[in-house]
Amino acid sequence: MLRRQFLEALGGATALPFFSPLRAEAAEAANLTYGLPAGAYGVGQMGTLPGKRPLIEWTARPPNYEAPLSAFATPFTPNDLFFVRYHLSGIPPQIDLQQWRIAVGGEGVATPLQLSFQDLQRDYEQVEVSAVCQCSGSRRGLSEPHVPGVQWGLGAMGCARWRGPRVKDILAKAGIRPGAVEVVFNGADGPALTTTPDFVKSLPIGKVMDENTIVALEMNGAPLPHFNGYPARLIAPGWTGTYWMKHLISIEPVSKPFDGFWMKAAYRIPTGMFPTVQNFATQQNEMTTPITEMVVNSLITSPAEGARFRVGEPVTAAGLAWDGGYGIRSVVVSTDNGASWREATLGEDSGRYAFRPWTYRFTAAGPGSQTIRARATNRLGETQVETLIFNGAGYHNNVVRPTTIVIA
Amino acid sequence: MKNLWKFVLVLATAAPAAIAAERVVALKDAPGKDTVEATCSGCHSLDYIPLNSPFLDQQGWTAEVNKMINAYGAPIPQAEAAKAIAYLAANYGKP
Repeated sequence: MLRRQFLEALGGATALPFFSPLRAEAAEAANLTYGLPAGAYGVGQMGTLPGKRPLIEWTARPPNYEAPLSAFATPFTPNDLFFVRYHLSGIPPQIDLQQWRIAVGGEGVATPLQLSFQDLQRDYEQVEVSAVCQCSGSRRGLSEPHVPGVQWGLGAMGCARWRGPRVKDILAKAGIRPGAVEVVFNGADGPALTTTPDFVKSLPIGKVMDENTIVALEMNGAPLPHFNGYPARLIAPGWTGTYWMKHLISIEPVSKPFDGFWMKAAYRIPTGMFPTVQNFATQQNEMTTPITEMVVNSLITSPAEGARFRVGEPVTAAGLAWDGGYGIRSVVVSTDNGASWREATLGEDSGRYAFRPWTYRFTAAGPGSQTIRARATNRLGETQVETLIFNGAGYHNNVVRPTTIVIA
Repeated sequence: MKNLWKFVLVLATAAPAAIAAERVVALKDAPGKDTVEATCSGCHSLDYIPLNSPFLDQQGWTAEVNKMINAYGAPIPQAEAAKAIAYLAANYGKP
């Protein structure tokens, strides 16, 4: 059924004039997942940004590239396979580390600071946090009905070991004044037009002062790739990628809720729609609230959709599970269309913000097709949903998603 | 590896690599295509259009174009916006 839909979607795409044979090849090479809008199969192709291996290119300018499924074979995502997401096309082609500074300032601090990369490395305790960075709209392309935006499949996410100073230590040095309710973060990238609102985000003071909220100077033991925010980005573990400001250049505590476009009008979900614990109270209204924590989710990384097995052949299903920072309690797997579920074996625990690998062994039953479903539950008891909680921006898609294999 | 990266950066500054390397998105030939190319491509590549198809109806494409004008400050005159919407709905709209 699902495979048929997938093939239909591809068939639909080939009927469109923009789907040239060359594009078809590239789309096939990209091994795009099923369930996307038909047009996405004509656009999605492998593309390579400087400093990166080929990723699934959705848009060139601004660059939006997601990781192929193969990037998730390990619980830490290689830097050169880490997804890339920008809203606006004014991206500096390079950043001169000698000139680059983070300005810590505004009314909310006693001593404004201009911090160089060396200052950030030398003057502060360096903290390492293993954490998933996931775009709020990861899996937006699988929304039913489809909603506008970048039609992300499964790979607008990654997990890395981030290392750098705590934001709270930086603010302590600047002498943060009492009364700050939020801290505003800006990056060196910006819009193509001066009339377009710059991408600026705030976080509630409580999240900023969390010991795991850091300015990452390193990613998996190496400098950040340019397109992941070189030389420094904000790490807000457990919260969606929208807060993880890239190319960070300013940190400003404020005593009133920040009213920029990207807080007031974007990245919002209907109030009360999702069971998140940490909310953004100073930005919330009766109708909508900023997206905050990631919802519990999982991914089957192996076998691939449509993989072939012989009747009776042993199969090891593998995948990842993650949530908003409470940690994964269990992953259960069904290989019989959801009729029965058994516990998968959880792999190494790299911390409550990191991908948790899992495996599940079973015997291929057939002949015919067999579906594998995985469902993660976090330590709060929250679990993935069977039916999409639809919202117009296509956020928080954690629907249990079958992988169908073919047994002959 | 470091040297290669530097080399890439030098290229990036010598010529606007982001523009030079951008694939050409051939939109469907139909009335209004020129308007769409001229009004949309200043801020973003045109791949956004086929990517977001074919599931938006006339109202959906109207909302998208209006978002570009009202939220993102795109200076698109009303007549041009109407042409762009008509093209998008006819060629990349819900069948």
